[in-house]
Amino acid sequence: MSQTPPLDGGAFTAPSLVVRNLVKAYTPGIPVLKALNLTFDSRGLTAIIGPSGTGKSTFIRCINRLVEPTSGEILFKGQNLARLRGRALRHARRRIGMVFQEYNLVERLTVLENLLCGRLGYVPAWRAWLRRYPPADIAAAFALLEQVGLDSLAVQRADALSGGQRQRVGIARAMMQEPDLLLADEPTSSLDPKTSVEIMTLMADLGRRRGIPIIVNIHNVALAARFADRVIGLCRGEVVFDGPPRALSDEMLKSIYGGQDWLTASFQQT
Amino acid sequence: MKSIPSTAYPFRASWPARIGWAALLLYTLYAMASLDFNLGRFISGFGNGALFLGRMWPPEFTRWQLLVEDLVESLQIAVLASAIGVTLSLPLGMLAARNLMPAWVTWPVRGLIVLCRSFHPVITAILFVKAIGFGAAAGIAALVLFSIGFIAKLFAEAIEEISLKPVEAIRATGASFPNVVIFAVMPQVFGRFLNFSTYQIEVNLRNSTMVGIVGAGGIGGTLFAAFQRFDYDFVAAILLSIIALIMVGEALTDRVRTLFQ
Repeated sequence: MSQTPPLDGGAFTAPSLVVRNLVKAYTPGIPVLKALNLTFDSRGLTAIIGPSGTGKSTFIRCINRLVEPTSGEILFKGQNLARLRGRALRHARRRIGMVFQEYNLVERLTVLENLLCGRLGYVPAWRAWLRRYPPADIAAAFALLEQVGLDSLAVQRADALSGGQRQRVGIARAMMQEPDLLLADEPTSSLDPKTSVEIMTLMADLGRRRGIPIIVNIHNVALAARFADRVIGLCRGEVVFDGPPRALSDEMLKSIYGGQDWLTASFQQT
Repeated sequence: MKSIPSTAYPFRASWPARIGWAALLLYTLYAMASLDFNLGRFISGFGNGALFLGRMWPPEFTRWQLLVEDLVESLQIAVLASAIGVTLSLPLGMLAARNLMPAWVTWPVRGLIVLCRSFHPVITAILFVKAIGFGAAAGIAALVLFSIGFIAKLFAEAIEEISLKPVEAIRATGASFPNVVIFAVMPQVFGRFLNFSTYQIEVNLRNSTMVGIVGAGGIGGTLFAAFQRFDYDFVAAILLSIIALIMVGEALTDRVRTLFQ
């Protein structure tokens, strides 16, 4: 598996996603996210690292509003996502792809049908029910299946696939949306190390080809350093590190995760 | 850590449970005595029973045309009531599912479902006979309500047990609520819906032979009339035909189930 070189172009492009004073408190008074301020370029892969329960998933779900932010702004394509409702919110979501830790496929549908789920924001219910998708969508699905290497499994049911194959379907489903932003919530945490690298490579490649920014929550610091153009360290709902992966020192990791015993155990071996 | 005393019996005796069982036994004996429910009555009734069975044999099938006509009507009541009942139960079950709908929707719908389930179909059949007159229409209406009471509740429970992961993923694509239901909810529950529905057809088939007793159509009316005229040989013929109808019905629903699995 070849290592993909980090992309350096981010510095000169306009920001595509701006987060201002984002607060989320599941219980009033106990914020999980404490006034986050972040700006994301319109290209490149950003990895968000940090201990479990620190608000990484909450942050990423606030962007596409699977979680309701308590306050703050999320500016994307000239809209404040935090304020959108109903149809406007659905239309904004169509432009944001998402990849999940446990793939979140519809198990009883075929691989092809799962890919076409990415078009559900555009296809009216009766057409979707009768599987009358526009021919262009079906052609796009087959093209993507080939890109992710699953073209032979198009009519297999999703529950017959392995973890790595399922995550490929998950990524292809997100790409079916022709997104302007790709979010990934721990996309490799349920996979073995080799498959994890393959999945990250695939995601980074597809993102680069479309020229869109990718935001990935990830536990594995080595993977983050290998694939990210930028790493953000979250700790207790606050940004404690923001910079290129080469600036991630052991000291920095200690302050993000606390303690140091794990460093010798996991990070140095990779 | 607590130490375990070596002399103690390791299984704890529950005195409240023992008292409860004893009370249940005592009450059963009391109820049997107060209702004159004893072996003596059965022994004295045996002779009567034998006489009754004797008059049932041989079953009298000369009026088979009437039998077939009634059986067909019962079958139609069952099929129509199941079709309408299941169709109405789908949206009702969806509206009653607490993981899809807000509380102000689920509570009234759940109330309606409980109302449908609270009466035996014979009671609703009586109400409908009074309201819309004798005949199959009353039977169908009664069994539709009965079907909603059970199927809508089972549908709602099946929907409440789904995994929300695909729902989250489909919502994230910007899909509308109907599309989320069609793609994230229905695939997870369709198999169980089918099972509930075929089971309800079997139940309705049995019930459709009974609502006729109160004048709501089907073979039950003929059965009741034959009992009252002491035509026990005809009663035997009717009972045998009902058994045949139920057996054919179960064989058919079994086929449907295997077809869709």
